[in-house]
Amino acid sequence: MEKRSMKSWLYLLPAILFLAVFMVYPLIDVFIYSTEEGYNFASQTYYGVGPYNYSYVLHDPYFLMALKNTFILVVITVPLSTILALLISTGLNSIRPLKELFQTVYFLPYVTNTLAVGLVFMILFKKTAYTDGFVNLILNWFGHSSIDFIDGPYWAKMFVLCLYTVWVVMPFKILILTSALASVNQEYYNAARVDGTSRFRIFMRITLPMISPTLVYLIITGFIGAFKAYSDAVALFGTDLNAAEMNTIVGYVYDMLYGNSGGYPSYASAAAIILFAIVLTITCINLLVSRKHVHYF
Amino acid sequence: MKVVLQNLTKKFPGRDRKSRQEVVAVNHFSFEIPDGKLIGLLGPSGCGKSTTLNLLCGLLKPTEGRIFFGDDDVTELPPENRGVGMVFQNYALYPHLTVKQNILFPLQNLKGAQRPSKSEMLSRAQEAAKLVQIDELMERRPGELSGGQQQRVAIARALVKMPRILLMDEPLSNLDARLRLQTREEIRRIQRETGITTVFVTHDQDEAMSISDMIVVMDAGNIQQIGKPQEVYDDPVNLFVAKFLGTPPINVFRGRVQKNQLYIGQDAILDIQGVSDQEVTVGIRPEGFLLRKNGRLRCTLSGVEVMGRDISVVAAHPEGENSSVRAIISADSPVEVSGGEARFDVKPGKIFLFRRDTQERIYFQAE
Repeated sequence: MEKRSMKSWLYLLPAILFLAVFMVYPLIDVFIYSTEEGYNFASQTYYGVGPYNYSYVLHDPYFLMALKNTFILVVITVPLSTILALLISTGLNSIRPLKELFQTVYFLPYVTNTLAVGLVFMILFKKTAYTDGFVNLILNWFGHSSIDFIDGPYWAKMFVLCLYTVWVVMPFKILILTSALASVNQEYYNAARVDGTSRFRIFMRITLPMISPTLVYLIITGFIGAFKAYSDAVALFGTDLNAAEMNTIVGYVYDMLYGNSGGYPSYASAAAIILFAIVLTITCINLLVSRKHVHYF
Repeated sequence: MKVVLQNLTKKFPGRDRKSRQEVVAVNHFSFEIPDGKLIGLLGPSGCGKSTTLNLLCGLLKPTEGRIFFGDDDVTELPPENRGVGMVFQNYALYPHLTVKQNILFPLQNLKGAQRPSKSEMLSRAQEAAKLVQIDELMERRPGELSGGQQQRVAIARALVKMPRILLMDEPLSNLDARLRLQTREEIRRIQRETGITTVFVTHDQDEAMSISDMIVVMDAGNIQQIGKPQEVYDDPVNLFVAKFLGTPPINVFRGRVQKNQLYIGQDAILDIQGVSDQEVTVGIRPEGFLLRKNGRLRCTLSGVEVMGRDISVVAAHPEGENSSVRAIISADSPVEVSGGEARFDVKPGKIFLFRRDTQERIYFQAE
């Protein structure tokens, strides 16, 4: 028995070492950084240990802005992208002709580079000397005046950011959901049809429970991904996100480390730990809620 | 409810890229199922029996022909309006619902005036569960039930909406041998108690023979023979039916008729009338052999298997289609074999002649 457990520890050692060096140590280090008050980057010294960094970050208007942006982004894009992906994949699953073509089309954004997608959105939304952008052209068509989506009002920018995020995260969800839907045994649908079940009821009472594990997986990873949003905002609004009022929590962490106001690893660490706590809490809530509604077979 | 199939045909488009030839799964079926009977559709896999069942329940639309339930033409009706209950091969019980919820499911689909009150739904579900003897298991989920119990739940779910016709696709194929015997009795009992016209599909002739009022033997999309199980067994119309029914299977020999004598190899085994001289295929049921010291059919003895009630004599004959000839004789009669030779006489009623070319039955009179 003793020998066997020694052996299994030996087998686990590479993974444990790797995780310890690259995951656990940095995490602890970040936590330690976040408690070191008055850290001086040049001399690598600090005055003492305490919660001041957290207090600073939580009172920093830029952080509060980033927090607000991130929450808006999460609350809008996660449900929206999941529901849209569910509808699209259900549609994809029920058509026969051109199914492969549509699947490919819907998957394209996933294999496209974030910045390239950002460029496309620029063409759609950005005002230049020559044009107001494609979307504004359409708005003008309907007699609406142009809106500056990139440098204009907050809600317009947030709209573009949400749209962009939904557009970028949807393909993966569609891919996963399409395969989950396809794996539901056709016999259940036949049985339901013979029993005269309406399409809506089939969807709610059979399809959804059958794919619930996949759905929960997508929702949890969707929340985590949305909380970590950063590159999407950069692709749309450039690197000075504070000025654009479009910063996110990860963006704030980055700025504190390397941005114009950079050189504050303590504040960055504190913000990172706060983000970690938020994500952990939300994920736990997700798991608790889903336990009641998920059916594993 | 009487069920009538008229000239029913189902063709599927060819999947093969090269040939694109249509597959005729069901070829001009016409037969009538009398009210309140248990009918077995019997045939090897790919013979179109499941397609026929799906046509009956409406999951498939026929290419040609019509289906009547009683006097109603249901050919164009979708499955939900036909009033059929279906038991699927893998039961298709919803795994996330309890037994009770599964049984209630069809009732909850009903709308308007048809929809029973909540308490009535519950009492009907309870009644259906009682009929199939699973009323103790109502709160379990399908995953927590044995195969036989799942089967019963599936039957209860099909019966709860009081269908006009009950359809079962290979109802016993997922059960082990012991449970299969028990469940087929159960199906028979439930069918008798409810009096619902029931059609079931099976590839197992034992299953079909033992519980059906009538069997429909099918092969390659064509009906071969319809009739009461014993009649079909005793009077097959062609070689396929003769071979398909019976365990152990019928023994097939190459033979010929010459001057009112039936020959297998060099042995004239039977005097017969009414058949012109020709090459024939001879089928002899295992129970059609009589072991005799000076029997007319000489075979090489391979072994004797004593199985309690019966004795199975395994022999070989050069003209036999299979390597071994199996004769079943009663254990009371003494087995006398000597010198590695087994000699048999045959019972005229247990021997069938078929044309070599069409494999159709040739009728004869024995002397």
